[in-house]
Amino acid sequence: MALATFPANTITIERLNKSYAETAKKSGNVHYIIQDVDLVVKGGEFFVLLGPSGCGKSTLLNMIAGFVSKTGGRLQVGDVEVDKPGRDRAVVFQQADSSLFPWLTVRQNVEFGLKMKKMPKPQRREISDRFIGMVGLAGHEGKFPRELSGGMKQRVQLARVLANDPAILLMDEPFGALDAMTRRTMQKELSGIWQATNKTVIFVTHDIQEAILLGGRIAIMSPGPSSRIAHIYEVPLAYPRDAAAPEFYSLYQTIQAHFDETEGGGTA
Amino acid sequence: MSRIWQKKWFTLPLLWVLALVVWQLAALWYGPEIIPGPVDTWRGARELLADGSLIRYIGISFYRVLVGWALGSLVAIPIGLVIGKVGAVRMFAEPFLNFIRFIPPIAFITLFLVWFGIGEESKIALILYATLFIVVMNTLTGVLSIEDDKIRSARSMGASEWQILVHVVIPATTPYIFTGIRLAMGTSYMAIIGAEMIAANEGVGFLIWNSRLFFRTDWIFVGLISLGLMGFVTDRLVGWIGRKALFRYGVVSTAPVRR
Repeated sequence: MALATFPANTITIERLNKSYAETAKKSGNVHYIIQDVDLVVKGGEFFVLLGPSGCGKSTLLNMIAGFVSKTGGRLQVGDVEVDKPGRDRAVVFQQADSSLFPWLTVRQNVEFGLKMKKMPKPQRREISDRFIGMVGLAGHEGKFPRELSGGMKQRVQLARVLANDPAILLMDEPFGALDAMTRRTMQKELSGIWQATNKTVIFVTHDIQEAILLGGRIAIMSPGPSSRIAHIYEVPLAYPRDAAAPEFYSLYQTIQAHFDETEGGGTA
Repeated sequence: MSRIWQKKWFTLPLLWVLALVVWQLAALWYGPEIIPGPVDTWRGARELLADGSLIRYIGISFYRVLVGWALGSLVAIPIGLVIGKVGAVRMFAEPFLNFIRFIPPIAFITLFLVWFGIGEESKIALILYATLFIVVMNTLTGVLSIEDDKIRSARSMGASEWQILVHVVIPATTPYIFTGIRLAMGTSYMAIIGAEMIAANEGVGFLIWNSRLFFRTDWIFVGLISLGLMGFVTDRLVGWIGRKALFRYGVVSTAPVRR
């Protein structure tokens, strides 16, 4: 073990590869989805993965989550090698409809992980009350997901993962399907929750403005196949961020220019 | 004026009266031996009710269907879950399923008589068979159509494979299972009538088949109407129970499922 001991919410990635065997057999040479990714995400950091569709950012996120196995390299959370999903890495999915349990009420959805842990009911209730309140859904505990709007469903997802007290939050374009106004509110609230809870967040998006509003650092991924991390931008702005500020705008321009230079980097 | 035609309380009885009139006219035209009219059929029904045979026959057919259907569903649900959940099992099971499910239950009657005897077992086995494949196929489809995100989110919230089965796979599959057992009810009726026609001394199928010996077409009509009513009542009952008990799983269909 060459690596030093890291806190449990640090993610260390070294020369990480993902390829699919089927494509290798067909064409003779290996096609990498992502190739030789090196990355260290520090504990408590808000880290954004930014890139066009198909650049492998979701694949990278799914590998950290343990849903997709790596082909080569090293992927560690704390000093433990990731090989399967775990309670320490919570995932907020893009589609709330496919990831929430429609047969459970808001409260039951939020308590799901605690119930799996066989936590007694009074304790579960206390925790679910706290996080349902934190995401602003108090009063909606007894509703089913089908009775909620898109933004409220994403709040349920957020409360559901926070209730398990994970060290790391992995978010895959969670606000991508929301209308602009709801998205804005959700971004503000997520930023607040992150500052209050000190979780490590890895946030995937293709929206430059969203990246700058939220991220402490923004990693740009090169277009796939064989994606890698092309550049990492530090965001030296204090929270809460103002999208109208000149510093914000100049960073936006810089990142936009980066995409314009790269082939196929057509992002908004 | 046009509004009254859209009211169910008005159009529905009107349609029934209309059907009865057409039926009576046809009976007058062809004579009671070919088509017994509503009045003759009612008289025949009175006869069969008076000696208690109609109620007994309906009871015995109901019993066979309910037992076979309940047993079939109970066996089929776990089989469907296992085939859907375990890829290796599915690889072996699917070709068999797709082969056997095209053999109609009726085709098995003779064989089941040899295997299970002339008594109740052979009939119940037949219903069980008729139910089994429909429920297995529906359960299997349900398991396969669960979104990856649901399984993944449960897994990353620390659920074990067993907990995923109990708390995610089964609830998510419930609407499919329910549709399966509701469809199976229909095939069960078809199977039981065939079985009772060929090999039974009791039951609605026996009544319909036996009436030919006495040339009692009115009794045949009584049998047919009883079947319609039995199917209608059970389907509505199952549908109602489903909506009440399984609402949260997304069982919401109001119309009876037809094949």
